[in-house]
Amino acid sequence: MALAESRRRLLIEALGIAVSAIGFGFVYGLSARQAGFSPIDAVAMSVIVFGGAAQFAAVGYVAGGLAWPGVVLLTALLNARHLLYSVALAPWLQDVPRPRRAIMAHLLTDEAFAISIGHFRRLGRADERGYWIAAIASTFIPWNLATLAGVLVGGSIPEPSRFGIDIIFPAAMIGLAAGLLTGRREIVAAIVGAGVGVGVALFVSPAIGIVAGGLVGPAVGLLVPTTVAHETAPLGTPSSAARYAMPGAHFDRESGDREAGGREPGEREPGEREPGER
Amino acid sequence: MTIGLIPLAILMFAVTYPSRALGLLAPGLDRLPRRAFDYLQLVGPAVLAALAAVNVMVAPDDAGAPHLHIGIEWVAVIACLAVVAWRRNLLLGLLTAVAIVVVARGLGLAAIPV
Repeated sequence: MALAESRRRLLIEALGIAVSAIGFGFVYGLSARQAGFSPIDAVAMSVIVFGGAAQFAAVGYVAGGLAWPGVVLLTALLNARHLLYSVALAPWLQDVPRPRRAIMAHLLTDEAFAISIGHFRRLGRADERGYWIAAIASTFIPWNLATLAGVLVGGSIPEPSRFGIDIIFPAAMIGLAAGLLTGRREIVAAIVGAGVGVGVALFVSPAIGIVAGGLVGPAVGLLVPTTVAHETAPLGTPSSAARYAMPGAHFDRESGDREAGGREPGEREPGEREPGER
Repeated sequence: MTIGLIPLAILMFAVTYPSRALGLLAPGLDRLPRRAFDYLQLVGPAVLAALAAVNVMVAPDDAGAPHLHIGIEWVAVIACLAVVAWRRNLLLGLLTAVAIVVVARGLGLAAIPV
């Protein structure tokens, strides 16, 4: 696919994600305000951490009085999935100078990964500008501006529970989890994680329950045999992308001629050439 | 205006950045055991589900001890899960959950948490 055409699709995808980031960032700002974060605290977390789920978790735990080591441990657990994204993007971005790759890493989110790797696969090569568009325009700027708006407006809302603000955090968590359920293993890990989390929370403490669920759930999930092609594909291939990308992000709903995780016509691996191409 | 949580943000960055950067900056990381990657793949769903479940199903009683909480919040969270799974739209799921809770509390069918 031509660069201009692929970038056009990238921009359309980025626009949709930006709208989502604005709404979600606003809600994060509201939640942070309710949890007692100052506007500077909330915005600093969005700029420095730049991780939606981990930030929501931090809001819940700061509000609940969890000690900072617990918050940091949960953050590490929640954001460990980014390792998958960076490993998958590495072959595409190996020619980008190291300092710029170091900056790219901070901006690597679920959304940036999903739309940039789709763009690279359409082109058959990396497009650094496309990555910056995916990371900054679609997520970083909208997320941070919306955080600021949410945390500033949040203070003027009286009796927030009446407006259901307390449900936003757990609903956001389960919604984000749903976006990661790409196979039976993920479903089992989520169910076991929730069950163990609640069980341990009732008998020990909620904070330890979360950590226990996050550690035991994946271990049990690994016991489930993989059967679907995209679950057994080698890491970094287009087929494997469906395992850890946002579901639907790589599926062309207009043409519908492609299965999730499959290749589009002309889609290539990094360095792969056309037949006869030298 | 406080800035007391900025050190926490820096600590969170310190444990987040390596997972984002290692693959891009350390060649050969893709040769880690497949099992390790598979485990990491499952951590997100497990932690997020545990967070949601504990948040709506466990609440402190009068003495501060955790006990099983049953309420409209369960319905709201399950509805959000269903909407996100169906429509792949997190915002829509959040709006659904909030609407359920607001209506139930507004009609007096559910208690407003203190």
